[in-house]
Amino acid sequence: MFEAVLLTVITAATPLLIAAVGELVVERSGVLNLGVEGMMIMGAVIGFAVANQTGSGSLGVVAAVVAGMAMSALFAFLVLFLVANQVATGLALTILGIGLSGMIGEAFIGVPGLDLPQLYIPVLSEIPFIGPVFFQQDALVYLSFALVAVVAYCLFRTRLGLVLRAVGDNHGSAHALGYSVLKVRFMAILFGGACAGLAGAYLSLAYTPQWVENMTAGRGWIALALVVFSSWLPLRVVVGAYLFGAVSVLNLHAQALEFDIPSQLLSSLPYLATIGVLVLISANRRLTLVNTPACLGKPFVPDR
Amino acid sequence: MKRSQKEIKEKGNEHMKSLLKATVAAVAFAAAGSAANAADVKACFVYVGPVGDFGWTYQHDQGRLAVEEKFGDKVETAYLESVPEGPDAERAIERFAREGCNVIFTTSFGYMNPTIKVAKKFPDVKFEHATGYKTADNVATYNSKFHEGRYIIGQIAAKQSKTGTAGYIASFPIPEVVAGINAFLLGAQSVNPDFKVKVVWVNTWFDPGKEADAAKALIDQGADIITQHTDSTAPLQVAQERGAHGFGQASDMINFAKDAQYTAIIDDWAPYYIERVQEVLDDKWHAGSAWDGLAEGHVVMAPYTNLPPDVVEMAKATEAKIKGGWEPFTGPITKQDGSVAAEDGVTLDDGAILGMNWYVQGVDDKLPE
Repeated sequence: MFEAVLLTVITAATPLLIAAVGELVVERSGVLNLGVEGMMIMGAVIGFAVANQTGSGSLGVVAAVVAGMAMSALFAFLVLFLVANQVATGLALTILGIGLSGMIGEAFIGVPGLDLPQLYIPVLSEIPFIGPVFFQQDALVYLSFALVAVVAYCLFRTRLGLVLRAVGDNHGSAHALGYSVLKVRFMAILFGGACAGLAGAYLSLAYTPQWVENMTAGRGWIALALVVFSSWLPLRVVVGAYLFGAVSVLNLHAQALEFDIPSQLLSSLPYLATIGVLVLISANRRLTLVNTPACLGKPFVPDR
Repeated sequence: MKRSQKEIKEKGNEHMKSLLKATVAAVAFAAAGSAANAADVKACFVYVGPVGDFGWTYQHDQGRLAVEEKFGDKVETAYLESVPEGPDAERAIERFAREGCNVIFTTSFGYMNPTIKVAKKFPDVKFEHATGYKTADNVATYNSKFHEGRYIIGQIAAKQSKTGTAGYIASFPIPEVVAGINAFLLGAQSVNPDFKVKVVWVNTWFDPGKEADAAKALIDQGADIITQHTDSTAPLQVAQERGAHGFGQASDMINFAKDAQYTAIIDDWAPYYIERVQEVLDDKWHAGSAWDGLAEGHVVMAPYTNLPPDVVEMAKATEAKIKGGWEPFTGPITKQDGSVAAEDGVTLDDGAILGMNWYVQGVDDKLPE
């Protein structure tokens, strides 16, 4: 029973985790991209379409990543080089993504999807309980953990991460030191787009292998909230994504077990839990301020 | 009575999406409006979801396409999709009315008050509101007896289930959904009096991920038959994956669950739309309340698949009985609290079914209030 719940939680949390880690990198560089939902849904539709046409799940995943990056490149061009308002551009990107994906996906409505093969890691997957939970998942689940590890390492243990954080905290100083603020931000935005596209592919290829309009159903927004929730720390994103996934799945199990709790209350639990944790985190103001990228959302125009 | 509520988190992006699509539609609309006044009648449709949901809105749009095909140049159609219920709906309906639509179909429960309001301002335009209960001289209502289909799938579930338990993924506790759960269980109890149904409320009409998670939870807790009153194909896919079985909702979903789908309850709006548009063409339209089911072809059962012949026979016999005028809500029916809802042989009237707010005995759930 516990094992079954855990398996469901992993699939519910993975797309949130992937998208949130990408956005975390973007925000660490000082850019707020509210277009996660739009990039995610483009990833979902392109991933599905390519997998469907070629018969290859992995090609679909690659295409989804490219689609997410293409969307984010558009965003980057507007906010970095034309200095458009980040909030408005991000919202526009979401609207564009939802509309465009609906148009592209029209031919794929009612077409069953390919299943991504699950990776069974030999020997380890046969351990009772631990095996099925940790070593019998689809490739993207492992990838999501690798992604968090790499991002956490790069952000705090490498020069690259230091530059990225410097750009996000004080773009004026980073510029004065000779770092190209725009180039760093551009790369960060592309990385965020790639992750959002990947998260979309997870939805349309692994979570629910099909394409339907609007299938992200607000998960991009939840990913955005998770970044704030994590106070811009990658490992906390894992906690947030899994907490959110766990509470929303437990709600369904609690109902099926006929606990005498109103379903509306249960449905609101993931959000209540999020608010609760945010309150706890913000109680420690010093820590929050240290981790918040100081230049978040501020445009940078290099003076020559 | 679809979509009386929406999840707040979805509201924001639904809203933006509809704005974009409405703008695109408006431009196309303006262009078309000047060129084509050749059609005798213009029929317009307001949808709550995307036409690509492969469920509720998809089926309404199939009805619209059937109207176009049937009448050719004589009838012009237009639609707006993903229109949120509330103030936006009023604007969308009013624009259609202003732009020369002769008949406007508003296809969600939450459009009821906006439809009535706009109808007062445009007495010459005919309005058709799906699943509501308010009518006027120029406002008709229409709905289908989906519970007839649910009685049949309840019987199939009881015959086929090995665990004696079905999982029911429900959207919102509104009468239509409650009546569906009751009809399903009454059908199941007619075969196996001890049959159990576990209900999970997901509080959304459409979220494939959440619906899939609900299906997984129900299967993990012993249900081997999954049925749903939500709009995506995700629960059936889960059933297919896990070796359970289920039923399609609104559309035939057999492509998503070749081995898992027993049948599907298909909404077919085409006959109604064609009939009503014909009446507008002939100038014979009048307001009324249509509530039809299997007999009139507004509710259609998809081919029975993955079933032994005797179960198919039973389902077909029940289908024929309902088509012959038998109502699934015929007594004896006992409410969950033990009180009598209908004596032996007594049939509930339409009002009691359309306003149903109680469970029949045997539902393993407390009705949310």
